[in-house]
Amino acid sequence: MSPPANPKAAAAVTMAEAPAVGARAAPVQTPLRRFLSEFAESKVAVGALVVLILVVLCAVFAPWIAPQNPYDLGQISILDGRLEPGSESMDGWTFWLGTDDQGRDMVSAILYGLRISLGVGVTSGMIAVFIGLTVGMIAAYFGGKVDTVIMRVVDLQLSFPAILVALILLAVLGTGVDKIVIALVVVQWAYYARTVRASSLVERRKEYMEAAHCLALPTRRILFRHMLPNVLPPLIVVATVQVAHAISLEATLSFLGLGLPITEPSLGLLISNGFKYVLSGKYWISVFPGVALLITIVVINLVGDRLRDVLNPRLQR
Amino acid sequence: MNTIAQPSSTAQPSTATEIANAGKTSTARTLVELRGVSKRFVKTLDLAEKAANLLGANVQEQVVRAVDKVDLTIAEGEVVGLVGESGCGKSTLGRIIAGILPQSEGTVAFRGRDVSALKGKDARDAALKIQMIFQDPYASLNPRMRVAEIIGEAPRHHGLVSAQGLDSYVEEVMLRVGLDPSFKRRYPHQFSGGQRQRIGIARALAVKPDFLVCDEAVAALDVSIQAQVLNLFMDLRSELGLTYLFISHDLGVVEHLSDRVAIMYLGRVVEMAATEELFAAPNHPYTQALLREVPRLDSRRRTFEPVKGEIPSPLSPPPGCHFHPRCPFAMDRCRTEQPALREVAPGRISACHLNDG
Amino acid sequence: MTAAVASPPATTLAATGTRVPQDTPALVVENLRTHFFTKAGVVKAVDDVSFSVNRGEILGLVGESGSGKTVTGFSILGLVDEPGRIVGGRILFNGEDIAGYGDDRMRNLRGKKIAMIFQDPMMTLNPVLRIDTQMVEAIQAHEKVSRADALARARDALGQVGIASPEERLHAYPHQFSGGMRQRVSIAIALINKPDLIVADEPTTALDVTIQGQILYEVQKLARGTRTALIWITHDLSVVAGLADKVCVMYAGRVVESGTVDEVLDRPLHPYTHGLIGSVPSQNNRGQPLRQIPGMTPSLLNLPAGCAFRTRCPRADKVCEVEPDLTSPLPNREIRCFHPHLEGAA
Repeated sequence: MSPPANPKAAAAVTMAEAPAVGARAAPVQTPLRRFLSEFAESKVAVGALVVLILVVLCAVFAPWIAPQNPYDLGQISILDGRLEPGSESMDGWTFWLGTDDQGRDMVSAILYGLRISLGVGVTSGMIAVFIGLTVGMIAAYFGGKVDTVIMRVVDLQLSFPAILVALILLAVLGTGVDKIVIALVVVQWAYYARTVRASSLVERRKEYMEAAHCLALPTRRILFRHMLPNVLPPLIVVATVQVAHAISLEATLSFLGLGLPITEPSLGLLISNGFKYVLSGKYWISVFPGVALLITIVVINLVGDRLRDVLNPRLQR
Repeated sequence: MNTIAQPSSTAQPSTATEIANAGKTSTARTLVELRGVSKRFVKTLDLAEKAANLLGANVQEQVVRAVDKVDLTIAEGEVVGLVGESGCGKSTLGRIIAGILPQSEGTVAFRGRDVSALKGKDARDAALKIQMIFQDPYASLNPRMRVAEIIGEAPRHHGLVSAQGLDSYVEEVMLRVGLDPSFKRRYPHQFSGGQRQRIGIARALAVKPDFLVCDEAVAALDVSIQAQVLNLFMDLRSELGLTYLFISHDLGVVEHLSDRVAIMYLGRVVEMAATEELFAAPNHPYTQALLREVPRLDSRRRTFEPVKGEIPSPLSPPPGCHFHPRCPFAMDRCRTEQPALREVAPGRISACHLNDG
Repeated sequence: MTAAVASPPATTLAATGTRVPQDTPALVVENLRTHFFTKAGVVKAVDDVSFSVNRGEILGLVGESGSGKTVTGFSILGLVDEPGRIVGGRILFNGEDIAGYGDDRMRNLRGKKIAMIFQDPMMTLNPVLRIDTQMVEAIQAHEKVSRADALARARDALGQVGIASPEERLHAYPHQFSGGMRQRVSIAIALINKPDLIVADEPTTALDVTIQGQILYEVQKLARGTRTALIWITHDLSVVAGLADKVCVMYAGRVVESGTVDEVLDRPLHPYTHGLIGSVPSQNNRGQPLRQIPGMTPSLLNLPAGCAFRTRCPRADKVCEVEPDLTSPLPNREIRCFHPHLEGAA
């Protein structure tokens, strides 16, 4: 059976070659669609994702959902302080989760606090990812001295405990949301850089990178169009879980009294404020923010775990 | 077995030109020429090891001579097969020719011009004329790019085709390699191994090369698909006038496709000749062993007479002739003196002391 | 149950400890079916496979990717994991059906009576343990012997597979060996308890030609010498040509042709075997296009009804839409085809 010389007839031969995908082949199965269908196989992860989306929506729309603006000192009255969950306010609406010692409605405080926590966690995460991605890819692609210098800086950064570095930075920089973001970025970027460098090194060796080189494509294009999209999956997994880590770090710092002013409480600060009342029975001031924080971190971790399983290259093909 | 054309023991080793041209029958134009190409991989001492040396330890730098002074000439339109086992340097040599790895010594010339001396547009044009087909159909395509982009990216970037003409150009290339053009918006994971290899070939063809380096291009494919892809290579050769360097460990495939064959062992070319002559009467003991060991369909329940010993590590190759520890004809001279590549018959070269008579 | 007096029939020990006549084939696989129940559908990786291997005989199990040859090997050793399982057929090892054996009973057999050699020797060798530790472990898991005795046996086994200075090599770690040496060590471990059957899954595919030659030589010598039954799984017909006595060709989970090596290779009956042999470069004229089988192996989720090969077969017609049974058009040959190449000699 000699092959047909006519290229169009050759196509007819290969029409018989159906693509290797089984019964569920969409005409074009983008990596995204494939990824989403695999993700959805775990009910737990889907549930966690739903809760996470709810949390994010609450945080984003807090000013519109919250019954009260807890930062507006005009709206709160100290006479409302330390009221039990379910109590009535002076204006006639219910404090569903009680109030804290300043008279802030816990529901509103938690919503706004979530806003801060998520906002800080995500912002610092994104900036740190950006820095880590750039630095890691450059280190892996260029190798040699560039790589050595960058990695020693990364090692140095990672050898200091995150809390210590953050404490020192905040002591120097003072309070404020932007200062916390800076501190969190400084503490996180090195971890991303190392992760990105590791997966970049793996991708670098792959033959499609050699092919791009062979095709005389410019370095910039090879890095952004070829290496970057393939380095992202492990990075997304790390970033997801790291956001949770950043949130808890911010809560810790706030708990210790650093970073955010008392007038703009994050969840950590709320927990800290309520701590002194826990033993006297006014648990709601600490416990409810703590629960909110816990739920947020847990769902982020669950989603991140599922992402890791789905994006695991060994399970792919 | 050991055919000797020049019996004089004072015969000079062949000139570089004779070596490079061994086996060529036609006087076609030279396309690619390698002179004295070597590639060393050096694992330099890190800080700890340097400190240890200062304190009296004698930690050596590890040098792997992956390719050791290779001369090779490839004429336009021919297929040169490059055969060897692990550690022989054939893949490294292929990558040096394709421009992926720089050489440590020696020159690579394309159409008579030293490739590393070219600049700017000339360098880019020369780079596009030599393309490579890779072994692993799974790792050689970017999993996040659609087929149309994989094939069309380079010709579009280098201006070989206009933005309006890109679609039909990509479809034309796909047809030429036997792929259905309606699949062009799919991703690589939706194709089989043989189809992915065709996509890789299409990607190379899209930049209109003159010369293809095929690095074990069919090794990872099933036998029935191998035949299809090999036939495709032969078709493209006659349709487009391509020249090939076919790197493989599979002697059967090399015998079928190539005009000339070079055998490599631990970084050196040990024998080179026209295909029929090499397979009919191998000269170098390593070539003889290789041909004897290849399982053939028609040899039944033979008693194997294997070559003794392991392939030495390229980190510490044996002195003198690299093959002497495993050679049944090894003499004292073989342990100390590296045999030179010598013309043993018109168009045949071999590096073995036995040819000195 | 001891042997009686004057020349009893030679017997051998079966899996359950009873004695069976020695000319019982070491392994008889009857209508084996191993299916994988995935979320995309049922993959019939092995679908009605039958063959037998006698002691001292070498059977070549040949097929391309997706043919089911590796899953067959794994089924024999009880190594098929979820979502796959054996759904039908019998695996008679020395007369006893082991297809239904649970993990604990299989563990008694594996390494002692049936051994496996994998394509990647690092599937056998633990990278953090020395060779002597691993080999002694393999012996002591099945027999009560002293460490000194076990070491002596290990040393002998290494010598038998052609490893020079085995005494020194015993103290080394796997990473200190080359690929060929590691595979030899895996073979030594497989042989060390003198099994009745060895299943080898593409052990030389990843090795260089000269090293492959050495290993084929050792394996052939050993299998014949110790009268061990050997199943050699490969995609390379040429390896089977030089090594095996019998061959079974598999396609899409079924055996499509079987017979002695000489007969099948000299006179292939099934169009797939015919096409496979025809596409080997050495069987074609230099410079001419290779004879090729068009198309590609169908996905096991989407097999065509009837004969799985019919979409690629030049001889297929409407009759082939029904699955062909195994027939025996010539003595000692079996094929699964309605249109075998029976005309004249190949």
